[in-house]
Amino acid sequence: MLKINDLHANVDDKEILKGINLEVKAGEVHAIMGPNGSGKSTLASVIAGNENFEVTQGSIELSGEDLEDVSPEERAHKGVFLSFQYPVEIPGVSVTNFMKTAINESRKAKGLEDMPAKDMLKLIREKSELLEIDRKFLSRSLNEGFSGGEKKRNEIFQMAMLEPKVAILDETDSGLDIDALRIVASGVNKLKSKDNAVILITHYQRLLEYIVPDYVHVLHNGKIVKSGGKELALELEEKGYDWLKQETAV
Amino acid sequence: MDLKDKLISSFMAFENNVDVEHPVHDVRMAAIKNFEEKGFPSKKEEAWKYTSLNNIQKIDFSIFPKEENALEYKDVKRYFIHEIDTYKIVFVDGIYSSYLSETTHDGVDICLMSAALTKPMYKPVIDVYFNKVASKDESLTSLNTAFSREGAYIYIPKNKMPKKPIEILHFSTGNEASLLLQPRNLIVVEENAEVQIIERHQSLTSNEVLTNAVTEIFAAKSAIVDFYKIQNDAPTASLIDNTYIDQKDKSLVKVHTFSFGGKLTRNNLNFYQNGEYIDSTMKGVTILGEKQHVDHHTLVHHIEPNCESHQDYKGIYGDASTGVFNGKIIVDKIAQKTNAFQQNNNILISDKASINTKPQLEIFADDVKCSHGCTIGQLDEDALFYLQSRGIPQKEARALLMYAFANNVLSSVRIPELKIRINKLIAEKLGVNLGFDL
Repeated sequence: MLKINDLHANVDDKEILKGINLEVKAGEVHAIMGPNGSGKSTLASVIAGNENFEVTQGSIELSGEDLEDVSPEERAHKGVFLSFQYPVEIPGVSVTNFMKTAINESRKAKGLEDMPAKDMLKLIREKSELLEIDRKFLSRSLNEGFSGGEKKRNEIFQMAMLEPKVAILDETDSGLDIDALRIVASGVNKLKSKDNAVILITHYQRLLEYIVPDYVHVLHNGKIVKSGGKELALELEEKGYDWLKQETAV
Repeated sequence: MDLKDKLISSFMAFENNVDVEHPVHDVRMAAIKNFEEKGFPSKKEEAWKYTSLNNIQKIDFSIFPKEENALEYKDVKRYFIHEIDTYKIVFVDGIYSSYLSETTHDGVDICLMSAALTKPMYKPVIDVYFNKVASKDESLTSLNTAFSREGAYIYIPKNKMPKKPIEILHFSTGNEASLLLQPRNLIVVEENAEVQIIERHQSLTSNEVLTNAVTEIFAAKSAIVDFYKIQNDAPTASLIDNTYIDQKDKSLVKVHTFSFGGKLTRNNLNFYQNGEYIDSTMKGVTILGEKQHVDHHTLVHHIEPNCESHQDYKGIYGDASTGVFNGKIIVDKIAQKTNAFQQNNNILISDKASINTKPQLEIFADDVKCSHGCTIGQLDEDALFYLQSRGIPQKEARALLMYAFANNVLSSVRIPELKIRINKLIAEKLGVNLGFDL
């Protein structure tokens, strides 16, 4: 479904990604772990099409289609979703209105009419229940004054609404207490299907107890230095990242 | 003949048509003398450094309007907040239009300045309030005072509140090749009374119009005044708005200024806090394009202790538009425990657009809280990416961010239908349809 070949990317002429290869098939969950500054968030941003990063080499394909020169909004329409580590506050625009706009823009791009208001309300109700989101929450301004946990829950709510093919969750577990983590993880698990894929970007093994990955990759210095099954995450938790750094240095 | 000379000689003709026995006659005489001495302000004056009236003075304005040019309500309906019932004081080319207006004397007076200046029953109010807070020194205010004859007159007695908001509308029809309008408004809100006013100047053709307006507002003890100015005029219409507000103990006055159009707009908004526990609020949203120019000059004079003032102006400047914000706060020595806040944030969305922003604080008391902040920036790229990554196209995403940027100012608009209207105007200015009422 998502195929990344020898991807190199720069920010301000500094190379951050130095040749990433990764294939994610439908129905799979991949975890990408690694120390700070290894390029995890950059990889997430580049997949979603952030133009602040310059792809200098390699390619990203979604269902066989090269995403080069595809704008972030078109990528979203094609089924890429990024849950942000730091969601942006948009005062004056409610969560509901924001989702209406996002969904209808995506429909417009596909040549569909706006979703009827009744269907929209039903969808919002259904998905907000999934994430145990209060009705009042939906009329608040997007992310404005939200706690860390509320912001992350809201990101997953958006994912639920947009039903992406490939969802990248960037540090979705950071800043969550155990209850919020459980709700978010259970939401993601319910959204998982044989037709979509999830990429979890995380520092810690904790999230992976709740969303169990099929594969774990370790990113270090802009490259995937090790891949394995879910047991790799446990190994990392135990030993930290230093042994990998040494291993790759050799 | 230049415009100044033309105005001074026209004053004689004007005097022939008004009652020279009335005490206001002396006020007018003093005013024309002041204007004659000072003339139009030039860029050499600090207060007019960034706004030039030179080109305006080259236009041969008609000073006295001709006969009333009748307008059909259906043709101008969209300029009214027609979704709700309002009182209306409407002028067409400077002349009162009884057909389009809805005035009242039922417990409150919502009517005409021309009546208030001539009928004996209004004389006690005129004697106490007329030209009492407006500057006698500022030349354009004097020019208006000299020719003051028509405008809105609103008197709200103690403990009263009109049943509905009041709209003051000035239309110009292009009857003249170029027209000078000088409306004069007086608004007196007595103790514990309340009023909501929406004001708009609208030119209906591409003929030149210059409006030099003066509004005096008196808010007595515990009075509440909400004043909304909608400035979305034609590209050939210019406005110089001089508003003077006198506040007494515990009164609450809010002025919102929405500047979305016009050729040149100058807002001189002056608050004088003559009492304690007063709250004065000034908010503005400015969205400009083309070669439009808006200049906001605010003044808050904290004269007594324990008062507050809040200023929040947001500006979005595109194309080759230019903006000015000059916020002056004076805190007198006895005005201890003053809280004065001022904020001016701007986004430039074009390389050719510019803004000059300047806080001007003169604080003579030592136990006060005053803060000011001005920013000039571009749209936040991270925020833009966030919206785009949710499938919202760049143009709409930019509009949504600009809307969010201006939103603080809208939250205090207390008439819901007006808020919807302003939101629509903003969406129109930003050139987007976001699929929902913002």
